[in-house]
Amino acid sequence: MDDRKPPNSQRAASKTAHTSDSLRLRAKARQIRLDILDMIYTAKGGHIGGAFSSADILTALFYAVMRFSPETLATGEGDRFVLSKGHACEGYYAILADRGFFPRTELASFLQYKSRLMGHPHPKIPGVEVATGSLGHGLSVAVGMALAAKLDGRRERVFCLAGDGELAEGSIWEAASAASHYRLGNLTCIIDRNGLQISGPTEEIMDPEPIEQRFAAFGWHTTDVDGHCFEELTAALHRTHGEQPALVTAHTVKGRGVSFMENQAGWHHRLPTVEEYHQAKAELKGHPC
Amino acid sequence: MAEPNRKAFSDTLLALAEANPDILALTSDSRGSASLNQFASALPRQLIEAGIAEQNIVGMAAGLAKSGKVPFVCSPAAFLSMRSIEQIKVDCAYSGANVKLIGISGGVSYGALGATHHSLQDLAVMRSIPGLTVVVPSDNQQTAELTSQIAYMEGPVYMRLGRQAVPSVHGPHMPSQLGRGLMLQDGQDLTLIGAGEVMPGVLEAAHMLEDGLGAAVRVVEIHTIKPLDEEIIMAAAETRAVVVVEEHSVHGGLGSACASVLSQFCPVPVCILGIPDEPPVTGSQSEIFRHYGLDAEGIHSRIAAFWQQLQRQRRRG
Ligand SMILES: [Mg+2]
Repeated sequence: MDDRKPPNSQRAASKTAHTSDSLRLRAKARQIRLDILDMIYTAKGGHIGGAFSSADILTALFYAVMRFSPETLATGEGDRFVLSKGHACEGYYAILADRGFFPRTELASFLQYKSRLMGHPHPKIPGVEVATGSLGHGLSVAVGMALAAKLDGRRERVFCLAGDGELAEGSIWEAASAASHYRLGNLTCIIDRNGLQISGPTEEIMDPEPIEQRFAAFGWHTTDVDGHCFEELTAALHRTHGEQPALVTAHTVKGRGVSFMENQAGWHHRLPTVEEYHQAKAELKGHPC
Repeated sequence: MAEPNRKAFSDTLLALAEANPDILALTSDSRGSASLNQFASALPRQLIEAGIAEQNIVGMAAGLAKSGKVPFVCSPAAFLSMRSIEQIKVDCAYSGANVKLIGISGGVSYGALGATHHSLQDLAVMRSIPGLTVVVPSDNQQTAELTSQIAYMEGPVYMRLGRQAVPSVHGPHMPSQLGRGLMLQDGQDLTLIGAGEVMPGVLEAAHMLEDGLGAAVRVVEIHTIKPLDEEIIMAAAETRAVVVVEEHSVHGGLGSACASVLSQFCPVPVCILGIPDEPPVTGSQSEIFRHYGLDAEGIHSRIAAFWQQLQRQRRRG
């Protein structure tokens, strides 16, 4: 499982490659944020704050880290992904469409009557393996996937993206115990640490800190990164740690990419007005990233 | 008296798992209660201990199933059907994960331990979940047959098993098929419908009714609560009344399922004999059955009263 870890001696040398790769990833992330904005504006529904905070994490995973395509999913040769924070589905759908799981034009049907692109992922959507949306479920499912790969001796990795608010769910900690108990070094959980949940700052609602010490106490290897820096994200996500499951705390900004949405709990699922939509679009298009 | 159904289950599962390495048994510190000690020694790599964490065990099972495994989650019915119900709804049923949920020590198997350990709402909850098959076998033979069938079918299943040794209800000439009710005996006056470990009492009560009232009693066993064999239930409307007996709350179980079908399509008086809407009395399973009139004598006397009431109504009508 460690074979894809870049040897330390090569890390400095690959820095240039990382930088040009970062430009590619930034362009992707910009397109995904624009897709998210369009989906939510058209549908008049969705969770824009978390979709924007997690957009760079998803971009790093799907375009730089995971072996994941319609082919790998069909043959079982690739890596696996579970979106535990199912409400941040807009970016996930935009990526699946972009990766060829279904036509991009279908994104316009988000939340529409009889659309399969509903407000939380489920397996009728090509590319999605498991339904999520009730918080705290995804990590257990990811543990099961990682355990299956380990039982079968497959070099598959399993990635789970969770929110910081859902760390209050007890089942997350049942799963955290199981992951280290079974020594699932092929499992990585990323926390979209945007510091906010629907009613306000996580510290005020139910303080999840110290996140890394908690996971470390459960036997996990922990790292924290800037969740909007592709170099940090891809480096941390590429790495495995022997038989220890990996926690990557990605420090993010809720609403990232649109000035008036950033760090505003109200933008958890607020809808942009027509003026806000145009301003957001302009900012995203010109966003220096 | 034969063996407990959990033993018939674990013997069958061991044979299935020996032939198919993708079949896994998952336990929540419950391998002894599930009679899986032999399985654990024979196939240690196919037994996954998940500890006392019912939410995680079901979520994990969904992940294993989505990776080609056929996980059998063997956990006390009381906890599996309540503590992990949302994982069953979302991770298994809604996600279409091929998880087999085996509720062990079901009903009032753990009678003396109190209501925390009873599963008397499990069928009501499980049968309301779209896509979930719900099974309650009565004897060893049926448990073995249905265990094989659910292992080979694709899709999530809840199967409730009891803890005590049970007598045989079916001969080898009467195999059970998932989704198909069994007519254990035919009769034109009255239909008794039951499922699971009340069946020996139901059959005995039917004989007592035939001897005492001279009534011709039909006995139908519905081992698959969902999908329900509506045909065999609707056929019961040929008889003058239907009595449903179950080791379950009178609300939402097999009685409700039968009443729903009959009242919509072919109304006929229905009497539901189950556990009343109260915290059940303490005792062994057989003592609790006796207390609530779910043993042969109790079923007989309650049906005799119901029957006389029907006769009076008929004379008045
Ligand atoms: Mg958050």
